[in-house]
Amino acid sequence: MVLLSIVFTASFGDVLLSHGMKQIGEITLDRLPTLLLAPVTNPYVGIGVLLLMCFFGAYLTALSWADLTFVLPSTALGYVVVAFLGKFYLHEDVSFKRWIGIALIVLGTGFVAGGPSLTEVPETQRLPRAASDVR
Amino acid sequence: MSGEALTWAMIGIIVGFSTGGDVLTARAMKEIGDLDDLRHTSGLLGASRAVLLNPKFILGVLCLASAFYSLLTAVSFADVSLVAPAAAALTFLSNAIVAKFYLKENVNARRWTSAVLICGGVYLLR
Repeated sequence: MVLLSIVFTASFGDVLLSHGMKQIGEITLDRLPTLLLAPVTNPYVGIGVLLLMCFFGAYLTALSWADLTFVLPSTALGYVVVAFLGKFYLHEDVSFKRWIGIALIVLGTGFVAGGPSLTEVPETQRLPRAASDVR
Repeated sequence: MSGEALTWAMIGIIVGFSTGGDVLTARAMKEIGDLDDLRHTSGLLGASRAVLLNPKFILGVLCLASAFYSLLTAVSFADVSLVAPAAAALTFLSNAIVAKFYLKENVNARRWTSAVLICGGVYLLR
């Protein structure tokens, strides 16, 4: 569930951000305030930023119980979602080479998803828990 | 330094910062422990404080921010369709290497195959 959230919040966030920034137009130094106010003035940018914040929260949650080499391939599925959104929502051309790339990503993600999510470490070798100082 | 060499140097810098950021945040989250458990015992505020005050997390986020600004710098003079996928693809491989030695993760044949397939796939997306 957390991994699915990572895939969808990242890809939808990127697509909405891209859509919003295209509406805003080219950013130059004298239009810097426009960029800074974009999350408030443009709903696509605002929702895109919110989704990317959710992505980072879900990504950190996943890293707290799974290996980096397990979580990262899952995030790569976001490229596949972006390609489908590009094809069917933004009506972009997706070349044959890109579909091959998508197939490789799906295959790679499937490979890692079939294995354990966390490296088992003996109790004596576990990392010290910094949180116990904060609690 | 020629234009092409400079572009690949920038890609190297982006990969370095991205890998540093990913690995440090992963290490920080392992030190902090399962966030769901922490939220139950310390509440959302306690869990957020544990994450935001962790030095490795802070350093990791600084690295990720540096990677982002390095990418912006790189695409200001180089082709974005080369820089972005090349950096993303190489980061999958460098993360697997650093995760094995620094995070002591069990990067077995299955995970290496996955990293290589995704690296190739991301590069083909350009």
